[in-house]
Amino acid sequence: MVKKWRIVTFFVIVLALAGVISQTVMNTAKGINLGLDLQGGFEILYEVSPAEEGEELTDETMQATVSALNQRVNVLGVSEPNISIEGENRIRVQLAGVEDQQTARDLLATEADLSFRDVDDKERLSGDALEENGASVGFTRANEPIVTLSLKDPNEFGEVTENIISEYNQPNNRLVIWLDYEEGDSFSEEVQKEDPKYLSAPMVNQPLYERDIQIEGDFEIQEAEFLAEVLNSGSLPVEMEEIYSNAVGASLGEEAMDNTIFAGFIGIAMILAYMMVYYRFMGVIAAVTLSAYIYIVLLIFNWMEGVLTLPGIAALILGVGMAVDANIITYERVKEEIRSGKTILSAFKAGSRRSLSTILDANITTILAAGVLFYYGTSSVQGFAVMLIVSILTSFLTAVYGSRLLLGLWVSSRIFNKKPRVFGVKEKEIHES
Amino acid sequence: MNLNHSKRFIPFVKHRNKFFIFSAVFTLVGIILLFTVGLNLGIDFQSGSKVEVLAEDTLTEDQVAEDFSQAGSGYEPDEITLAGDNNEMAYASFVGTLSQEEIAEIQTYFNENYGQEPSVSTVSPQVGQELAQNALISVLIASVGIILYVTIRFEFWYGAASIVALLHDAFFIIVVFSIVQFEVNVPFIAAVLTIVGYSINDTIVTFDRIRENMSYEEEITSFDDLARVVDLSLNQTLVRSINTVLTVVFAAAAIFFLGGEAIRSFSFALLIGLVAGTYSSLFLASQLWLSWKWKSIQRGWNKPKEEDPEDLEPEV
Repeated sequence: MVKKWRIVTFFVIVLALAGVISQTVMNTAKGINLGLDLQGGFEILYEVSPAEEGEELTDETMQATVSALNQRVNVLGVSEPNISIEGENRIRVQLAGVEDQQTARDLLATEADLSFRDVDDKERLSGDALEENGASVGFTRANEPIVTLSLKDPNEFGEVTENIISEYNQPNNRLVIWLDYEEGDSFSEEVQKEDPKYLSAPMVNQPLYERDIQIEGDFEIQEAEFLAEVLNSGSLPVEMEEIYSNAVGASLGEEAMDNTIFAGFIGIAMILAYMMVYYRFMGVIAAVTLSAYIYIVLLIFNWMEGVLTLPGIAALILGVGMAVDANIITYERVKEEIRSGKTILSAFKAGSRRSLSTILDANITTILAAGVLFYYGTSSVQGFAVMLIVSILTSFLTAVYGSRLLLGLWVSSRIFNKKPRVFGVKEKEIHES
Repeated sequence: MNLNHSKRFIPFVKHRNKFFIFSAVFTLVGIILLFTVGLNLGIDFQSGSKVEVLAEDTLTEDQVAEDFSQAGSGYEPDEITLAGDNNEMAYASFVGTLSQEEIAEIQTYFNENYGQEPSVSTVSPQVGQELAQNALISVLIASVGIILYVTIRFEFWYGAASIVALLHDAFFIIVVFSIVQFEVNVPFIAAVLTIVGYSINDTIVTFDRIRENMSYEEEITSFDDLARVVDLSLNQTLVRSINTVLTVVFAAAAIFFLGGEAIRSFSFALLIGLVAGTYSSLFLASQLWLSWKWKSIQRGWNKPKEEDPEDLEPEV
């Protein structure tokens, strides 16, 4: 007896899936940030000079600056920037998918050099006194964002505040906190301005022998977070001056993206066609789960706000391959079981069970490798690894469980009982045991 | 399980020495090639010059390439990137440093045709080299991880053989690129990583079947017993191996033929690697495992007699 409701369930699931995908796929695809190589971005060219006069710029300092910049760009949530050294003293930073260019500029160029000065601009305490990674964002009672800093030595700050109190009277008993103080900046000038260059200038009324200090500077929450992150990611070993900034085109060329997408569609269409020809009915199931796979990967990547680059596409192709492979492994196994004389239902069950451990081991090994690439890799290598991990997890979900669910509905409806040809097995191949 | 449903039963093991010799010769030739001919390194891995062209109107890549060939013979930019809000700028990168005369020739041409003298700067390959180095180190660390995992889940010899296959596949692509002298750039690294991933997957799937068939064996008493298991497993997984590689080849071939000039060498690397990956799973990894496993079984027969004093009675 054929259980029709299972087949009905199958069509309901497939139609629902088709509905969701066709309604949202365009927005999902458009929402994905494309990398510099695929769509371009914007770039800044910096001229680098030594932090201290008289020092020389060596290859190592340039390299250290590039690593520090890489770290800062990570703070921006941009993956795979293109940072290159040009000539002796220039660094070109290219960023894809950055919406707030000004923040990016500020974050990149700051020397992250914090200093505490008196109203006559004499340095009382330098950024060296800060504990590493000691900056964080907090809130006052009035819910204003503040930046909390940890000092290495509480006595140092106590002495500084004591000196300020003893040397200055109100209203000049201030401790002015500067970020990137430069020769020529002065408190007396800046205090008149509406948007002074210093961060804040609190009055000191009593000596503060404390390890944690707070900066209240009328921050917006983003500003406070930005300051804390910059202080934590460390200062640059050099000074950088922006020479110019500019929009840049895709490094792979203008038509690269369109062509690649078109080629991708053709490739996937060929895969689906092949699967349906070779595996007949099971191939149709594979086509459904592969479509779901591609859609889900794009969706997750969109949620993660990842930046898709060519290495990412490479990982996606590998993911498609592994998803197809998981289907093929299962179907070959099911066919083998049918040939050995099992009924369709028990062949399906045995085939699914046996193929699972194969797929699991292969996927775990590849994920393990991808995890290492992510952990030790930089930029492109890391981007590749992220996409690969997402792809494998998704392919496992769709190709193993999705396939099993959909195929299971048909098999257990019993409509295919004694019809091995539907699965691509000829009757004469079956060996009754 | 039955063996006779298909009449094609390929005796892989019988020919394994041919595969070993082929791979050994290929590796040797590859090493010689890399040391003599070397790779055609792109601007990502070699220092060079970057010419910034400024124009009044929107530029296209073809136009800029055309301009350089007009400017003098032999100016073939390695890479052209457009910039500016309306693409009125272009960066043309050349591998190798341009000489003073060449710079002067280029500047004169563009000055006459665009009214702006392009600036020329040198570019350093440090960042690309770091990336390649980083990729290599990451793959080596990942290999150690794979050996550990496979040793726990399977057995050490499977892990060792799968790493040989993985390195073979990556090396194969590099050698082929040395032969055809296609340009090696950052996307090439991505292609090699992709093949590394594919190679692991393919080898593990094959090994999984060997492990399963090994568990049905009561006892391995001769080399032929072991060889039979390997041949059976390879034949059982052959259809899967071919179908899987075919589907991925579809995707890579589509990108190769339709994906545009810029990523042709990338997709070519993928295609080469897929062939190498399938070859290594069938003909290299499994055969290596067979040799190593057989030796370790033989060692196991000799060992207990010497090491275990309680077991001194001769085994029957």
